[in-house]
Amino acid sequence: MSTMDRIVVAGASLGGLRTAEQLRRAKFAGEIVVVGDEPHMPYNRPPLSKEVLAGKAGFDSVAFRPKAAAGDVVWRLGSAVASADLAGRTLTLADGESLSYDGLVVATGLRPRRLDVPGPVGGRHTVRTLDDARALQGALRPGARVVVVGAGFIGCEVAATARGLGAEVTVVEPTPLPLVRALGEVLARALLERHRAQGVRFALGRTVSRFTGTDERVTGLVLDDESRVRADVVVEAVGSLPNVEWLEGNGLDLSDGLLCDEQLRAVGAPGGVVGVGDVARFPNARYDAVARRVEHWSVPGDSAKHAARTLVGAEQEAFAPLPSFWSDQYEYRVQSFGAPGLGAGDVRVLEGDPAGDVLVGYHDGGGRLVGVVALGGAAVVARAAAYRGELSSISAGSAGSAGSAGSSDFSVMQGALS
Amino acid sequence: MKVVVDMDVCQDHGQCVFASPEVFRLSDEGRLLYVAEPDESLREDVEDAADVCPLQAITIED
Ligand SMILES: Cc1cc2nc3c(=O)[nH]c(=O)nc-3n(C[C@H](O)[C@H](O)[C@H](O)COP(=O)(O)OP(=O)(O)OC[C@H]3O[C@@H](n4cnc5c(N)ncnc54)[C@H](O)[C@@H]3O)c2cc1C
Ligand code: SF4
Repeated sequence: MSTMDRIVVAGASLGGLRTAEQLRRAKFAGEIVVVGDEPHMPYNRPPLSKEVLAGKAGFDSVAFRPKAAAGDVVWRLGSAVASADLAGRTLTLADGESLSYDGLVVATGLRPRRLDVPGPVGGRHTVRTLDDARALQGALRPGARVVVVGAGFIGCEVAATARGLGAEVTVVEPTPLPLVRALGEVLARALLERHRAQGVRFALGRTVSRFTGTDERVTGLVLDDESRVRADVVVEAVGSLPNVEWLEGNGLDLSDGLLCDEQLRAVGAPGGVVGVGDVARFPNARYDAVARRVEHWSVPGDSAKHAARTLVGAEQEAFAPLPSFWSDQYEYRVQSFGAPGLGAGDVRVLEGDPAGDVLVGYHDGGGRLVGVVALGGAAVVARAAAYRGELSSISAGSAGSAGSAGSSDFSVMQGALS
Repeated sequence: MKVVVDMDVCQDHGQCVFASPEVFRLSDEGRLLYVAEPDESLREDVEDAADVCPLQAITIED
């Protein structure tokens, strides 16, 4: 690879920040420019549907604290990358300026998918950015009729938070159970029961046909069975679309995010282009050769480290992170380790009981444990973590040997002992 | 090296434990325990631990 004077990172969120930091750790001494379309420095998104939306944490609490080693990174905020000429190693920003690079990091993440049905648009929200969360929080008043469309993680969290704020909440979801695709039936039912116990109503197996309202403001929804739901506020949580349009015209596979190889290099691009975080579709060598996008908070950090090393030309094994994910709904946590999706055909309760704290195991065709998910309080979440050793020992083709996380000697300990 | 975990913010996710098991540990009740002044040789691990904390509760004070 030729010498690298400047690396440009497109996308100034978790993935972009971590890549900039990891480039410094990997001893890249050239210039690093991070270009982001949001006006904010990188901030943490998970609290936007949880503590921050609930008003329990301030909007300023979500800002990341960049490491001192990345203190000389140039931040170009409030400016989108409009297009890229990979052969010419040049980006064009929305304001018309062009920016040349020797290395390019694609970390432009996702944006919410919107419902494409007729009706007014006012009063319809999504939750991806700080500004989205601010706008929604202002609308979540006690007694407000809130309809959440989509019972994925973000939809379920928003429903729980809105309920906690005293809103009347209805969730509309096309599948028969919330979160069933991600977690399987046992946990999907357990979560449905918990939401119902809190007073959330569900319209399951239903889709939205149109919005009704006056003066461009939504006041209700009509579902596919012609039933009607009144609404002061609608939250659309119906999945996401990768932000890849700016890469078009370069011969890349952008069919579902940016296709990357096992070193996170963009497939079909000249050298020096890598993908990081939610936007990247990559194979996980731990499991198989199938490239997938993974919308877990752990991925931007893990992929940033790997991609930074790829860019500086370090020798390393194929990318093989252990996926992990959590979600908070009411006082319950969902904590996942491994790849439950690859074990959806053989789901067993490992510990506890779905009516209380429960730990569920997901097994592949050979009966091997490939993922665990805990639902409940801190103790069962810690039990899930105890399986991490076993899940980490899985690698493609290995028979998978069990082993639990070893404990180490602690000379000084402190923390929440009470 | 000095490590501070904001225990008002920490929700015992335990992600830090995997990044730096010499410094962080979860008790049997699932509460976080940690070494406040770990050896300098563990710096990269502790930085990784601070990175993976979903609540960004870990600060390294040099
Ligand atoms: C409300 C919410 C709750 C979540 N909760 C959890 C959770 O509980 N657990 C969990 O594991 N994960 C959770 N996640 C997922 C997690 O936050 C994401 O995986 C993570 O934010 C991905 O980081 P990223 O840097 O890859 O992408 P993003 O955070 O999407 O960042 C991409 C950035 O690039 C910018 N951008 C886009 N296009 C351009 C362009 N052309 N030019 C310049 N900049 C551009 C975007 O505006 C954005 O700032 C949640 C996400 C949301 C939205
Ligand atoms: S990762 Fe963060 S929240 Fe979790 S136990 Fe460690 S410090 Fe606490």
